[in-house]
Amino acid sequence: MSTHDTHHADTGVNYLNASKGIGNWLLTLDHKRIGLMYLWSVMFFLLVGGTFALLIRLQLAFPGHGFLPQTAEGKNMYNEFFTLHGVIMVFLVIIPGIPAALGNFFLPLQLGAKDVAFPKLNLASFYLYWIGAIMAIVAILGGNLGWWGRLDTGWTFYTSYSLTTSGPVILAVSAAFILGFSSIFTGLNFVATIHKMRCPGMGWYRMPLFLWAVYATAIIQVLATPVLGITLLLLIMERCDIIHIFNPAKGGDPILFQHFFWFYSHPAVYIMILPGMGVISEIISAQSKKVIFGYKAIANSSIAIAVISFVVWGHHMFMSGQTTYAGAVFSFLTFAVAIPTAIKVCNWVATLYQGSISLDTPMLYALSFLFLFTIGGLTGIPLATLSTDIVFHDTYYVVAHFHYVMFGGTIIAFFAGLHYWWPKMFGRMYNEFIAKCCCLTIFVGFNLCFFTQFFLGFAGFPRRYYSYGVDHELGDVWRTMSGFSSIGAMILGFGVLVSFVNLIVAVYTGKKASDNPWGGTTLEWTAATPPPTLNFDHDVSIDRDPYIYGKNTGHH
Amino acid sequence: MATEKQITKIGNDFFKTRFVAHHFATADQEFDACKFGMWMFLLTEIMLFGGLFVAWVVYRLWYPETFKHCATIMDWKLGLVNTCILIVSSLTMSLAIRAVKMSDKKTAVKMLLATVLCGAGFLIVKYFEYAHKFHLGIFPGENFSFDGAHYSNAHIFFSLYFVMTATHVLHVIIGMTAILWCSYRASRGHFYKDYYTPVELTGMYWHLVELIWIFLFPMFYLIK
Ligand SMILES: [Cu+2]
Repeated sequence: MSTHDTHHADTGVNYLNASKGIGNWLLTLDHKRIGLMYLWSVMFFLLVGGTFALLIRLQLAFPGHGFLPQTAEGKNMYNEFFTLHGVIMVFLVIIPGIPAALGNFFLPLQLGAKDVAFPKLNLASFYLYWIGAIMAIVAILGGNLGWWGRLDTGWTFYTSYSLTTSGPVILAVSAAFILGFSSIFTGLNFVATIHKMRCPGMGWYRMPLFLWAVYATAIIQVLATPVLGITLLLLIMERCDIIHIFNPAKGGDPILFQHFFWFYSHPAVYIMILPGMGVISEIISAQSKKVIFGYKAIANSSIAIAVISFVVWGHHMFMSGQTTYAGAVFSFLTFAVAIPTAIKVCNWVATLYQGSISLDTPMLYALSFLFLFTIGGLTGIPLATLSTDIVFHDTYYVVAHFHYVMFGGTIIAFFAGLHYWWPKMFGRMYNEFIAKCCCLTIFVGFNLCFFTQFFLGFAGFPRRYYSYGVDHELGDVWRTMSGFSSIGAMILGFGVLVSFVNLIVAVYTGKKASDNPWGGTTLEWTAATPPPTLNFDHDVSIDRDPYIYGKNTGHH
Repeated sequence: MATEKQITKIGNDFFKTRFVAHHFATADQEFDACKFGMWMFLLTEIMLFGGLFVAWVVYRLWYPETFKHCATIMDWKLGLVNTCILIVSSLTMSLAIRAVKMSDKKTAVKMLLATVLCGAGFLIVKYFEYAHKFHLGIFPGENFSFDGAHYSNAHIFFSLYFVMTATHVLHVIIGMTAILWCSYRASRGHFYKDYYTPVELTGMYWHLVELIWIFLFPMFYLIK
């Protein structure tokens, strides 16, 4: 055991109280403060996006017209709910959630660096994020207030519909463009930081696995996002009639748009999940007091996932008029992603084997992740298979699969990371009992909400519908499963809300946390709690592996 | 970052001493990180133009006859002039970097300004090319009214032409602005052998802008 307590001069000065005033926060170049500002933003948007999800489930809780009026207006409002839910959750919560909030905070700390390579660019990314966020929300709400048509393209902006609808496509697309740049700059910053600012002695294979995951994510952000950028610019110009390129009436190819779009948007799902995998690697090792099993395999599989993610985009276009041959190749390549992913899962389980597992809150979330993410991954295989995909396409099966990966994977990992690192970030411990109850509530609520949707999918219940009748031969399944799903959603929402309250209360009234409450061996635990502005009060160097449980450490 | 102003004297010139930013251990680390960051940025630029190149390939395969014919409407001589201008500007940019490395303030400023002049020359030629096309009724998009193209979908060729060259022109203008800013700072003695990161990074950017043109030139003017 190596909870070597480095002694810190207890000056009481840390990054939180080093300077006061809102101006010092808004113009800060400290990666920890920027990370915190991202964190508050992400938590805020998670609650907003979640509220819209609950409204959707409320509408679908019963057959018939639900709580929205059975008019065109009511239907449009429903469309708006799920557009807002999707856009907010994807662009404002899941993509920046782990990398920009937790990654910003812990990347330099885990590297033993004083900051990221380009602090000003980091702050600029944060403001681009907010500008994009406000533009997206104005675009959607403006349609509601009658300033312009409603944004009814969905988040994919497929041509030719997006060229003709009266919705604020240009504003919304510009928002996505700006959010894309925010993401590019964060990724670029992280790649440069990891390459050039590792502390002396930290070779590539001495980096914590969280950093490998963030690194793979950042590579995707840098390489894939510009393609989305130029595609969206072309769409804006085409919509203004400045050029013709995607419009089939003018000799253009609308399928080309889909290729460009998914060339970014498939890798984007790995931007969403890879950082979560990194968090889980950290927690499973630290809380089973065991050196992670297959360190190199986990590290390299992150890179493998990033590479393969660039060649599978066509699986979103099985039904879009792509040739069968292309479909078969993309289907095969998509199966290939399962290999590095399974390597990770097997290594996590092998790490748990014979470990001395402490069932603290982070570990409970990590175990939920293993369970839910595995279901999410396995249920993806029928969607990657051409013949079965044709059946499941556009049913609730897709919704269930997607949420098992995105919520059961990424958001659960985000919660795991929050509970793992919260004591380091704020120097306070949250109420463990409440946190564990919340974890259990979320787990139960989540499964009730989404497992039922697999059955809905099997029963052919279509996505995006705003009401349904039950005079169908499977009407009973629709009614029962939709009802349970809605109950689950409410439980899930309750669990999320209480766990946020629990965390925030801890910042003010929690009991003081020690420097290393979980006995972790990565560098962030050797910093003071909360860390000082420059992270470490001594020059950091390292002469050991990141995980050294149960071994002689050889560390200073 | 240190706040006190210090002066370094090299030869007969005075330079503003540069201090390493607080989060870097050494000046070398800072320089390497900045340069690496620039490489990453250039990669994003390549991916961005990459999308456009793919679009060009797709439509060339769709409409080979149209593309061959439209290329004959382009004036390859003007394209060649611009290619030469940009190659010369790359040379002057490299000489500017060599000069700052040798703490030669005067030559550095001269070479940077020469590069800006080349950029301006490129823009002027481009202006005449665009003006001539508009005169013929070759507009991208809705206003396309050229009746000399006897092949269908000529507007797709010109949509690509205008988008790609205009995006490139935008990069030229950004590059010229950055070089002007470098030359101003160089004249104030901000760059010398121990610190010339902005000039180096601007140079990398400028070479990429030139390189992209080297691809655009044959794609639109030569391949027939
Ligand atoms: Cu995909």
